Amino acid sequence: MRTINEKQITEAIVKLAIDANYFLPYDVVAAIKNFAKKETNKKAKNGLYKIIENYKKAKQGVYPLCQDTGIAVVFVEIGNNIHIEGDIYKAINKGIETGYKEGVLRKSTANPITRKNLQTNTPAIVHMEFVNGSKLKISLMTKGAGAENKSIVKMLTPGDGIEGVIELVLDTIKKAGASACPPYIIGVGIGGNLETAPLLAKKALLRNVNDNNKNKELAELEQILLKKVNDLKIGAFGFGGNTTAIAVKIESAPCHIASLPVAVNVQCHSARHKTICI
Amino acid sequence: MYLNGGFEIMKKITTPLTMDTIEDLKVGDEVYIYGKIYTMRDAAHKKITDMINKKEKLPFDLKNQVIYYCGPTPAKEGNIIGSCGPTTSSRMDKYTPLLLKQGLKGMIGKGERSVEVKEAIKKYKAVYFSALGGLGALYADSIKKSKVIAFPELGPEAIYELEVEDFYAIVINDAEGNDFYVLNKYN
Repeated sequence: MRTINEKQITEAIVKLAIDANYFLPYDVVAAIKNFAKKETNKKAKNGLYKIIENYKKAKQGVYPLCQDTGIAVVFVEIGNNIHIEGDIYKAINKGIETGYKEGVLRKSTANPITRKNLQTNTPAIVHMEFVNGSKLKISLMTKGAGAENKSIVKMLTPGDGIEGVIELVLDTIKKAGASACPPYIIGVGIGGNLETAPLLAKKALLRNVNDNNKNKELAELEQILLKKVNDLKIGAFGFGGNTTAIAVKIESAPCHIASLPVAVNVQCHSARHKTICI
Repeated sequence: MYLNGGFEIMKKITTPLTMDTIEDLKVGDEVYIYGKIYTMRDAAHKKITDMINKKEKLPFDLKNQVIYYCGPTPAKEGNIIGSCGPTTSSRMDKYTPLLLKQGLKGMIGKGERSVEVKEAIKKYKAVYFSALGGLGALYADSIKKSKVIAFPELGPEAIYELEVEDFYAIVINDAEGNDFYVLNKYN
């Protein structure tokens, strides 16, 4: 049995909070470069190359990638051979508060009723999962509100089928339009129930944007959706062209015979997340 | 910050906006903005709207000015500002027609506006620009001066008076009522 204490977790989270906000993941950078090369619309192409310049400037560590440094979404995988000494929630929130302070990041959590800024960027939204092994894996996603506001969960019915899923994704992206910083990465959760479909959609956003889904049907649907979304011609920054999204990622789970829950989580091009193992 | 890639004819405009400038701007035009602009997002819009309704004196005169929908990250020591890209404009739609009626002439943000806002832009002869969303680190280069002029208690949502140079934006809605996003979809 390994013991991991609060301090180790807090230190890991501080590092994740700063790194996630100053370093765009390499897979995202590679995908943007790839789409920039292929783009024919001048304004959109120029914008795509500016994403690369913005990444280069941000990684110098002075200016975060985006002013919306997001709400902190933390995924924790706890191995069954680990003993956590202390309060893991306290450790995570202390890490977020310290990381946002040390990284000079914007604090964006507010009381939903009074709208008063809480000034700490906490509480983080924490999802825990128990797995086999002796590792503690922590992923932090700093999720901006522009794209999150355009996301949706809908209880489709079995009769709506795959066509219904496709229609919901296209409808969601049309509504997001130019507002949520395209090109997008689209996380789709299919199945489960009211609360699991959005969680699947969010988890899908943690995948490498250039990977292939291990499930054959989902891999195919991801490609179909990417093509249909890019046929909408919203384009990078809404300027037209062929780069409305750079990836569609789908995760699924079994659901009730009477249900087809589907969630679409829109991610802006500044897809900030980072993972660490303790 | 030269963001256009150097292949289009750029217009250089200064604030406050004159009627000549506004009439010259057409959808799809790429511009560099120079002069003072004012940050305002959700909370500041609500406060300013309340002040207008109560006929109170505003912290700055809206006449011919340009508002930037932006809530920057704090400045690191020795810097003018932090990361400072645009936020989603549609959240401000419910407040915008009243501000245009007060003489506001320009808005910079990202994304589509409501039908009511587009009609008000045409009616009051104003312009809506998009800056490049998600490029907050690059936009910091265009900010030459920054000071909070109202509502410091709102933190990132305070009103900042920014002095900008080479501030890149694209005309989305012009004073004639054209919409760049709509044109893109049919071209």
